[in-house]
Amino acid sequence: MLNLVVCLKQVPMVTELPWDAKTGTLRRDLAAGMMNPACKHALEAALQIKEKFSAHITVITMGPPAAEEVLREALALGADRAILICDKLLAGADTYATSLVLTAAIKKECPKFDLILCGAYTADSETAQVGPQLAEELDLPAAAYVEKLEIHGRTLRVRRMVDNFRETLEMEFPALVTVSMENYRPRYTELMGLENAFGGDGVIVLGAAALGINASLFKNKGSRTKVRKVFLRKTQKENVILQGTASAVVTEFLNKYQRKISTAIGKSIEGKLNDEE
Amino acid sequence: MMKSKKKSIWVFGDYRNYYQNRVTLQLLSKAVDLAQTIKAEVCALVFGHEIDEWIMEYTAHGADRILAIDDPALKSYSTEKYLAIIENLAKERDPEIILIGATDFGREFAPRLAKRLKTGLSADCVGLDITDDGLLLQIAPSFGGNMLAEIVTELHRPQMVTVRPGTFKEIPHNYTRKALVERLPLMKKLPKSRVRLIEYERSVEKEHTIENASVIVCGGRGMGNRDKFKKLHDLARLLGGDVGATRPVVYSGWADHGALVGQAGKHIKPKILFSFGISGAIQHTAGLGEADFIIAINKNPQATMMKMADVAIIADASDVLKTLIKELKKRIRE
Ligand SMILES: Cc1cc2nc3c(=O)[nH]c(=O)nc-3n(C[C@H](O)[C@H](O)[C@H](O)COP(=O)(O)OP(=O)(O)OC[C@H]3O[C@@H](n4cnc5c(N)ncnc54)[C@H](O)[C@@H]3O)c2cc1C
Ligand SMILES: Nc1ncnc2c1ncn2[C@@H]1O[C@H](COP(=O)(O)O)[C@@H](O)[C@H]1O
Repeated sequence: MLNLVVCLKQVPMVTELPWDAKTGTLRRDLAAGMMNPACKHALEAALQIKEKFSAHITVITMGPPAAEEVLREALALGADRAILICDKLLAGADTYATSLVLTAAIKKECPKFDLILCGAYTADSETAQVGPQLAEELDLPAAAYVEKLEIHGRTLRVRRMVDNFRETLEMEFPALVTVSMENYRPRYTELMGLENAFGGDGVIVLGAAALGINASLFKNKGSRTKVRKVFLRKTQKENVILQGTASAVVTEFLNKYQRKISTAIGKSIEGKLNDEE
Repeated sequence: MMKSKKKSIWVFGDYRNYYQNRVTLQLLSKAVDLAQTIKAEVCALVFGHEIDEWIMEYTAHGADRILAIDDPALKSYSTEKYLAIIENLAKERDPEIILIGATDFGREFAPRLAKRLKTGLSADCVGLDITDDGLLLQIAPSFGGNMLAEIVTELHRPQMVTVRPGTFKEIPHNYTRKALVERLPLMKKLPKSRVRLIEYERSVEKEHTIENASVIVCGGRGMGNRDKFKKLHDLARLLGGDVGATRPVVYSGWADHGALVGQAGKHIKPKILFSFGISGAIQHTAGLGEADFIIAINKNPQATMMKMADVAIIADASDVLKTLIKELKKRIRE
């Protein structure tokens, strides 16, 4: 029986993003959430392993009370056990602190894991750091950006694409992977399953104290980085409007922007200005 | 001991992608800048086997000091080996700042190194500076580049960042420059890598992931049907780019899920983005925060995508696509 742990994060849905216009910060407390896309792929990879072998899936998230929703969704999809780590003390944790807390929870609740799956990155912070830092905390062999997993006994074989290299790696369990969005297309949730999952209790809620994390300790051991300011990026667009027959607009477009295009593609399309008045 | 009392800014010598990606040289150039402000030296780390070429290159591009380890055991990149080596060196020499290119390797490696050194790390920075209180100001994108965050590491050292390739300009090489080259022995207790590299292959064709593509051709429901949508690949191929898609297109099976751009899919940062027959719903544009230059083609000039474009072409998407492919074939010179 394989023991799998999937780390999930709830991220804000963009339609709902309530910006605080004055400070330029996100009112996360007001944003409706969804399961981070890459985490969905990680969960899908775990579910496919479970279909092939006998496996038990624990899903873990650290977040506000509302983050329970993504755990319920995961249960509906086929996860077996769900853990929510929820404590005001942990709000605003950076990846250093997040991986520390997740480690404490994994050690407490599923010390006998074989494989931990994370998403490659989150849609909000996009650091892609929590997975590797978790591997470091738990002292595990690990691979990031994994596209394909194969299991032979206690050996994990993974395929991935990094820096223009297509790699096949092997490591022994216990191990950790972060799953990219190239493969493992997430399945849809059946409505029935969702309703059932939202009905039962089934989600274990842990506070910081239950993980042996106390306020003064966390102050020293917690976040290393501090966000001083967040602001919306506003870029000025040229907004040139072109209208006419396809050949007229294409010619006009290419003549006007040939230099820009040449630079971007690393090949020259310059010089041949047919149809120019 | 050659321990230097001066503050030191370290640049990880990521040479594996040199010909596609000169991020180390870009970082050296920025390090020279930062070093002037905080009165530090610029130190490049070069590990591998037969690395003299890189020692020369980094010297010519601004390094004051090179920490070099040349050993057959380091022939290929290994996260675990490099971690042990740099952890050792950093604990011995206390660098003030470590800059690492946000290549795939760098982004897997840096978080683990930061954890070992018990310090902070900002990911994929698009700007660096020194604050009034002398800290490294780390400017990192979030929410698909729609937002930027200014981050500092106040108490812990080194201050670490990964930096997006292309963010800084390299300084022209100067082969008369001199650096202090320290050739160090490989540490005695180098750990064995628990991750075994079974096979690797450099893709000859510039095979990129859509997240890193510099040209992206996106198509939406306005492409009409699957066959017309497939033609987007011809344009992408001509431009050395990738194809992206909106959700209805993925759901209809015209494109793979891997091509989905937006909040449920990927965030992209191309230099040029073509957007064919896309309305510009916020769930899609959430992934476009860092597209430099956008060309939208849509029948409807009122579409949001047209309003946020640099060039808005009011026309039939498939007609423009066909003509553009034909015209580019005539013009492109290798
Ligand atoms: C929770 C949630 C998450 C979502 N996540 C994503 C996501 O990650 N990515 C995503 O893309 N969507 C996402 N969506 C869907 C999103 O809201 C839009 O429905 C989608 O982006 C629209 O795709 P479209 O522009 O291709 O289609 P449409 O909105 O139908 O637009 C088609 C456009 O094509 C134009 N057109 C039609 N015919 C032609 C022609 N012959 N020539 C030129 N132009 C033509 C039309 O004028 C129109 O502007 C999400 C939705 C939800 C609710
Ligand atoms: N708060 C969290 N709770 C559980 N898992 C998380 C959390 N934050 C990040 N992760 C995991 O780490 C991955 C990468 O996140 P990030 O480093 O934020 O880009 C996510 O896809 C999750 O698998």
